[in-house]
Amino acid sequence: MTTTDIVTVGNRPRLENRPLRKILGRPEIGALVAALAVMLFFSVYTSTFMTLSGAGVWLESASTFGIMAVAVALLMIGGEFDLSAGVMTGFTALVVGILTSHYGLNIWVAAVISLVLALAIGAINGLLVMKTGLPSFIVTLGTFFVLAGIDLAVTKLITGQVAIQGMTSVPFYDTIQPLFGASIQIGGGTFYVSVLWWFVATAIATWVLLRTRAGNWIFAVGGELKSARQVGVPVLRTKIGLFMTTAAAAWLVGMISLFRTSTVQANTGVGQEFIYIICAVVGGCLLTGGFGSAIGAALGALIYGMVFQGITFAQWDTNWLRTFLGAMLLLAVFLNHFVRTRAGGSR
Amino acid sequence: MSATGTRPAVSEAAPIVEVTGIGKSYGPVNALSGVSTSVKAGEVTCVLGDNGAGKSTFIKILAGAHSPSEGEFLLDGKPVTFSSPRAALDAGIATVYQDLAVIPLMPVWRNFFLGSEITRGVGPFRRLDVGEMKKITYTELDNMGIDLRDVDQPIGTLSGGERQCVAIARAVYFGARVLILDEPTAALGVKQSGVVLKYIARARDRGLGVVFITHNPHHAYPVGDRFLLLNRGTSLGDFAKKDITLDELTSLMAGGAELESLAHELERTLGGSSPIVQQLEAEAERQPGRPDGGRPRRG
Repeated sequence: MTTTDIVTVGNRPRLENRPLRKILGRPEIGALVAALAVMLFFSVYTSTFMTLSGAGVWLESASTFGIMAVAVALLMIGGEFDLSAGVMTGFTALVVGILTSHYGLNIWVAAVISLVLALAIGAINGLLVMKTGLPSFIVTLGTFFVLAGIDLAVTKLITGQVAIQGMTSVPFYDTIQPLFGASIQIGGGTFYVSVLWWFVATAIATWVLLRTRAGNWIFAVGGELKSARQVGVPVLRTKIGLFMTTAAAAWLVGMISLFRTSTVQANTGVGQEFIYIICAVVGGCLLTGGFGSAIGAALGALIYGMVFQGITFAQWDTNWLRTFLGAMLLLAVFLNHFVRTRAGGSR
Repeated sequence: MSATGTRPAVSEAAPIVEVTGIGKSYGPVNALSGVSTSVKAGEVTCVLGDNGAGKSTFIKILAGAHSPSEGEFLLDGKPVTFSSPRAALDAGIATVYQDLAVIPLMPVWRNFFLGSEITRGVGPFRRLDVGEMKKITYTELDNMGIDLRDVDQPIGTLSGGERQCVAIARAVYFGARVLILDEPTAALGVKQSGVVLKYIARARDRGLGVVFITHNPHHAYPVGDRFLLLNRGTSLGDFAKKDITLDELTSLMAGGAELESLAHELERTLGGSSPIVQQLEAEAERQPGRPDGGRPRRG
């Protein structure tokens, strides 16, 4: 970098040090405070919550939602929704289940085929949205119902049942199972490998968002599509990549649920797409795109897991979970709205 | 790795861009015809005209978004045809549109480098060089005379004038030799407009050729070196600053040509001796630069 041609050369950056204001401007700050509050509440209110066995339970519960919430957060920052994300977790598991238990295909090959199918569906979602210009909400609502129907109809057609059983007797099951379903005992608690996958997914997503060109492009296509296109951001590639990332995450979660329980229901994942969106929004993602964080979405999923299991530990009626989630969502949306009017105020 | 280039000799140099008798028609509709002007390094060429005068068509030709259907477009003395805005940009002609192409919620430095990010490392470890980009953003803005407290703040928190200036600084940094500004002061208040004019002068002093599109002669005159006046798709004249005063510019803008044709029209109905007609003719006589000031050369 030379600036020799310039008459007045600028001073060194006067990067101001206002840590408090910087921290309060982060998208995930609301979710962090809420997560700590929930954790504190159930730790005091129930005796089992803050033990190793309790933590194992709520971490496991949060992990699969966390992986999806992080992927969905990237997609939402990029300005799109994916309502087919929930049913895709069931679809990928069913593909592996049917190909192995019914057609006798090698389990590793079946897992790869399942991933390829998921990526293809993600790419189709992205292409449909970008080529037609229709809202992704509608397009993926369509793929959601198409897949939900296929899951039930095809499973019933081929197996005559609405669930895949007997996965454990499939050859080489033991070679792939630990990758997605392993667990270790620490103290009295059982900790699943899915928690590790969740942390890895969050770390990679955060790195991509904040430290790579792709991350810059994700914020840009979600923030102001036309401007992004004008400055040369590869808009189509970025958006399709985001849909494919969500699909890949759904495959990972599908594998985790398949190999943890060795069974899969034909309606697995239906209805969970909204929980992913709630986790992402609680974590600071704007519904309009262009703002949010992967760590925030992971915290949103942590809150979900803690409340879900905390309510069980407290021996309340678990139906209160939904009411709580709804209230959290409203609160988060109000908070986000405030942040947005502050940051984009002069528009 | 600086793209700012070296400062060229000012004023007496050959023009970077020169257009002669340029025009654009869409089928039978003539949007623009017979327009000639030049853009030199270190000078500001102002394009003035009312709404619908053909300003947008003219800048779209310069920016490479439209190819002209008549006339000659010379870049550094050689005829060129741009196939796309990208091609014009690669040749050093950058356009800052009214919507500025910024993402309001993204930090200033990310906006500055969007689409042309600096990275280091290889393979999966290829990452944004955040420190370097922040430093360059700060330095480039400082050189334009913009002292931002914090390049990390969302660009949406800046005022309209400041955002305009970030967009200008970005074009300058990424190697623009000719900067086309589409009505940069149109949406701004008096004070903010003054700030933007200051940055236009800064860009000029750094050796850029600036094309400044406006409908306000009071904004154009203080910074301009050359004034191209458009009206209904034709040129009313292309003047150097020494050949025209602000008053003449303003009255020309306000429709000197219309006054004359009005006089002719009234002459037919009222007769040439009518005092109103004589007054109008005298008024039209005082308009500068006509009739040789660039009447459209058709055919």
